[in-house]
Amino acid sequence: MLNRRVRLQPLVLFALILGLLLSSSFVVAQEGRVIKIASQSPLSGGQSAVGVGIRNGVELAIQQLGGNLRDMGFQIQYVPYDDQASPDVGVANAQQIVADPEILAVIGHYNTGVAIPSSEVYNQNQLLMVSPANTGPAVTDRGLPIVNRVVGRDDLQGPTGAQFAASLEDVETVWVLHDTTAYGQGVAEFFRQEAEAQGLVVLGFEGTEERANFDGIIQPILALAPDLIYFGGIYDQVGIFISQARAAGYEGYFMGPDGIDSPDLAELAGEAVVGTYYTTVAGPASIYPNAAQFIEDYTEAYGEPPTPFAAQAYDSAAIVLAALERAIEANGGELPTREQLAAEARATENYEGLTGTITFDDNGDPEYSNYYVLQVVSADPAQWSSNTVISTIQIPSPLKAQELAAEGEATAEATPES
Amino acid sequence: MASVSRGLAAPSWSLRLPPAVRWVYDYLLYPIGQMLVFIIGAAVVLTLLAYLLAALVPEPRPNIILADQISRQLPGMIISGISIGFVYAMIALGYTLVYGVLKFINFAHSEIFMVGSVVGFEIMRRIADSGTLQQWNPVVLIVTVVLVSMLVSGLLAVLIERIAYRPLRGAPRLVPLISAIGISFFLIDFVRATEAITRNDFNLRYPTDQLPWLTQSVALQFGTTTVNVKPTSFIVVGGAVLTLLALNYFVNGTKLGRGIRAVAQDQTTAALMGINVNFMISLTFFVGGAFGGAAGSLFGMNVGTVTPYVGFIPGIKAFTAAVLGGIGNITGALLGGLTLGLVEAFLNGVLVYFPALGQRYTDIFAFSVLILILIFRPSGLLGERVDEKV
Repeated sequence: MLNRRVRLQPLVLFALILGLLLSSSFVVAQEGRVIKIASQSPLSGGQSAVGVGIRNGVELAIQQLGGNLRDMGFQIQYVPYDDQASPDVGVANAQQIVADPEILAVIGHYNTGVAIPSSEVYNQNQLLMVSPANTGPAVTDRGLPIVNRVVGRDDLQGPTGAQFAASLEDVETVWVLHDTTAYGQGVAEFFRQEAEAQGLVVLGFEGTEERANFDGIIQPILALAPDLIYFGGIYDQVGIFISQARAAGYEGYFMGPDGIDSPDLAELAGEAVVGTYYTTVAGPASIYPNAAQFIEDYTEAYGEPPTPFAAQAYDSAAIVLAALERAIEANGGELPTREQLAAEARATENYEGLTGTITFDDNGDPEYSNYYVLQVVSADPAQWSSNTVISTIQIPSPLKAQELAAEGEATAEATPES
Repeated sequence: MASVSRGLAAPSWSLRLPPAVRWVYDYLLYPIGQMLVFIIGAAVVLTLLAYLLAALVPEPRPNIILADQISRQLPGMIISGISIGFVYAMIALGYTLVYGVLKFINFAHSEIFMVGSVVGFEIMRRIADSGTLQQWNPVVLIVTVVLVSMLVSGLLAVLIERIAYRPLRGAPRLVPLISAIGISFFLIDFVRATEAITRNDFNLRYPTDQLPWLTQSVALQFGTTTVNVKPTSFIVVGGAVLTLLALNYFVNGTKLGRGIRAVAQDQTTAALMGINVNFMISLTFFVGGAFGGAAGSLFGMNVGTVTPYVGFIPGIKAFTAAVLGGIGNITGALLGGLTLGLVEAFLNGVLVYFPALGQRYTDIFAFSVLILILIFRPSGLLGERVDEKV
């Protein structure tokens, strides 16, 4: 008898605990007080340096700005996903994300080629996506009601680079390379068009998926000796190319889009990286007057200065949180549907973020965005954030530009021309 | 029967000479001569084809005279073709040796190559981290890096054979093939995870920038054109030639090599003659794996940065080279590798001037050449007819 009672006790205790757990989780589920925000960026693989920065930015924003929602009685959870910079993985993750009814918004992606197919999945389920980094025109030009971004566009970024290249006195001929992805090829095309319009001679336009041995690709470049090589691609490929091209005796300039904006470019290219120009839609965090506190907090939390797009990720998450607050208020304190939240986010107007004031146009582009031209000053990756900003140009989004043109020439003159 | 037996060595009936001279001829002059013939032959044929194309299409794009461009690029194209060609040849040897003995394609071989390149990185990185990299004698440093990669990759190949292939030896042909693909995925993710945990890095950069003698290009003058050749290209070619000579001596001049050839000809009979078949197979995997490892570390030094995924493309190309030359045939692997490397270099250099095509089409043309050759010579350039293939 005694023996038996002793054996039962743990079981009883276990049942009690289980009961408690079940009832408590039941209560939460019943009241629907959990909001999950997802993010998708490459957390592993060659582009993880930037992808992890995006995750950190979102995490920091939810920690710092989630207070209001917590006061309203909601619990905010953050679920980062790793899209591995691959469209297949991105879409598979998207399927998982939309299947979780508690996820109301997703911050992502880093790669345009991943963002486009994944956003189709979000769109079928009315799930809000705010992109911190995708610059491909097609991301927003499809007119999906759920897609927004806080950065500029490649059809304006590529030409910005070309105009700058044309303004360099010793550049008359250029060679254009790209990585055959939606992003790289897209921005390279826009660069080429504008370069030709500016009177530069485009000696070659080539796509390559090569990631290790660029010997064969470099030979014709050496034979034609262009003054500048523009590589529409991501740093993990461009860095290796730059180091090999310089070693093979190429003496001109290198230039690239925001895909090469990462300290890892310096790590991979070594000394050859010094002097490389790049255009970006995301200036170094230090260029934004509002971001001083962010840089401090980020460095304290993650032990390194913010990577490119971390501040943009912070802003994206902040816009989502603000939209959530408005949607919950409009809904009388209850959880909004995904559709309501997406509509509320699109209505974002004059949001004062770290990276500027953001108003979305009807496509989800910010009405005005800044485009920067920077030059790499040092081969030391730790010095990446001190790269010099050569010029800053503010350009309206295509929709806004049309609107301005319609409003009459007086307004058009007021907008800064590049 | 595909032959491992007639490697690079001279045919036995060729000459009657004193043993010492004979040795020099068999193991030094003949194989080196053969490599020279292959390189010069392929380069001459491709150069003629390129100029033929230039005669047919003199100006593919306005202001571009194709013949002028080719003459300007010729030395550069040939040098880059040879250096990548030797890498393909060394990897192809791993495929071909194993195929010669087991009639089985070791698809994990591209990952053995990758492991070699990562091991080379680890050694150089560790030496650099200890701060003594500059004090090393260049030759000693390179030999150490290459030898250690060879050893690790070779042992890894033996281990893979023991774990993943030997238990399946009696199974249908497709079964070890699938097991090889599985091993391949395992190795990629294992290396990725290990490097992520120990270094928190994916792109593994050889610390070559600390070594001026390794990064300072050598300017070679060819007529009016100057070609900057990376010292690593010389190291790749030199290392490949030395290891190929060693392999030739091993297969054709030693007792162990004779054992491997015997197993390749007929396993059962070889076993009846007192040869330890399992040992010979392990040895074959070791030699093939070691070649993959050497190729990996030489490739890594040459390109500067490797990743856990770096093996796939060179692996596929080297497999192609092995088939092109005639799989199972050591000389064929060498010929196939050099041919493929040069074809690629020439296509990269010429296609760029055709507006509708471009360098993206290099692989398509290179593989079309492969298909054409296999239509007319199904067993490859130097292969003998094999009834069954995987």
